[in-house]
Amino acid sequence: MNPLRGRLAVVGVAEADLGVVAPGLTEQDLIGQAATRALADAGIDRTEVDALFCASSVQPAPTLNAAEYLGIRPRYSDGSNIGGSSAISHLLYAAGAIEAGLIEVALIVYGSIQRSEAGRLITPASVSIWEEPFRPRWPLTMYALAASRHMHQYGTTREQMAEVAIAARRWAQLNPKAFERGPLSVEDVLTARLVCDPLGVRDCCLVTDGGGALVVTSAERARGAPKPAAHLLGCGVAHWHRDISQMPDLTVTAATESGARAFAMAGLGPADVDVVELYDAFTINPILFLEDLGFCAKGEGGEFVAGGRIGPGGELPVNTNGGGLSYCHPGMYGIFTVIEAVRQLRGEAGDRQQEGVEVALAHGNGAVLSSQATALLGTEATLN
Amino acid sequence: MTESASPWIGYQEGLAAGELRFQRCGDCARAVFYPRVVCPHCGSTALAWEISSGAGTVYATTVMRPHRQEPYNVCLVDLDEGFRLMSRVDRVPADGVRIGDRLRLLKEAGTAPVFVPADRS
Repeated sequence: MNPLRGRLAVVGVAEADLGVVAPGLTEQDLIGQAATRALADAGIDRTEVDALFCASSVQPAPTLNAAEYLGIRPRYSDGSNIGGSSAISHLLYAAGAIEAGLIEVALIVYGSIQRSEAGRLITPASVSIWEEPFRPRWPLTMYALAASRHMHQYGTTREQMAEVAIAARRWAQLNPKAFERGPLSVEDVLTARLVCDPLGVRDCCLVTDGGGALVVTSAERARGAPKPAAHLLGCGVAHWHRDISQMPDLTVTAATESGARAFAMAGLGPADVDVVELYDAFTINPILFLEDLGFCAKGEGGEFVAGGRIGPGGELPVNTNGGGLSYCHPGMYGIFTVIEAVRQLRGEAGDRQQEGVEVALAHGNGAVLSSQATALLGTEATLN
Repeated sequence: MTESASPWIGYQEGLAAGELRFQRCGDCARAVFYPRVVCPHCGSTALAWEISSGAGTVYATTVMRPHRQEPYNVCLVDLDEGFRLMSRVDRVPADGVRIGDRLRLLKEAGTAPVFVPADRS
């Protein structure tokens, strides 16, 4: 058995304020909110944190900023940034560091005020010199290109993509923290303003402020935690390209590898997963990831998401918080997939709580389908 | 001592001459684009310039629709030599570009490589 299976447990999760935060709050303040709330959730004192993981869209060395702000003096510091999947990759690196005896308690934290500050995605990623002359809008154009290819190759339709937005909205209506909770029909999605064919505005994720934090520790130490721990059963990371023009096949993401690695470590398969939390930056994303993670065959994702299958009451609950499409999207959304997975495992998800959740999958995507990171989290019962 | 010339400058010199240059690996024979100092397929450094015929096929395409501006095409083009780049197709409406369309390079010295439909003069 993989020595990292079950080695790490998530014992605290929290969001910062979400949506449109109070004027003058900085991303550092949101990091402070999320960290403080997650530590309280874990019943762990700030002074016990010896490892800090942060990826940032605005700071080149974000762990320095966060540690200073929080008054934490880490002995292990990881600011590695592979885009919106970073926080999930940090789970793998933290598990390795726990196994190596380097750390005991790690804080993984993220915050952004992109809505208040800019009203659009704030990203350090610039379009490369090989793509810039053609005026793509990063990252929108790149996802539109991927969607165009999937539609061409597999007959995926805009109606099927709209089903992803509808499912997200129906979940969001069950989540009081969700930013967009109004009614939304397939027709609304299809007739919304086209921004980058085949994507209309309702195919695109929100731009909100927000932040999130995870407190993780060893499985042994997690036994003393006030709330049930979510155990990391498997985790995998993969990336193949940075620019969309370097992606070998626009219909196949590195989630095929990150997912396979996570499932192999966990000794599980897609049929064992009770809830699925995917980074849905655009409606095409869940379709690609459901295929690449093995929930359906390549090319069948469009059909798979149709008919309400991934919405409330559907066969496979996907993005039970409302996702980046309707709940929140402060830039690097990956951390929120873990927060929701943990809440579903704990039975804390309120109106949207699924019954008997033993295994949850959290999947992050970074840059332009560039990096993929998959985590499988389970209850105490799944450890053996 | 300088051991290798800049791939970027070599590429730009090609564009200035109205050529679309790419690299061919001397070891694995695969096409390499964008130009670099190491083959991403096999790790070889034996990369040599070749000039593309400019014949290619649309691999993926989109229409950018910015507020209060004219829509424009952005696409990925697979060149017949076996490499892909981002570009656009001119001389057709922005929404008139289809995956699978055959293209030819518009040979205009000094600009980024832009394509037109193969059957368009």
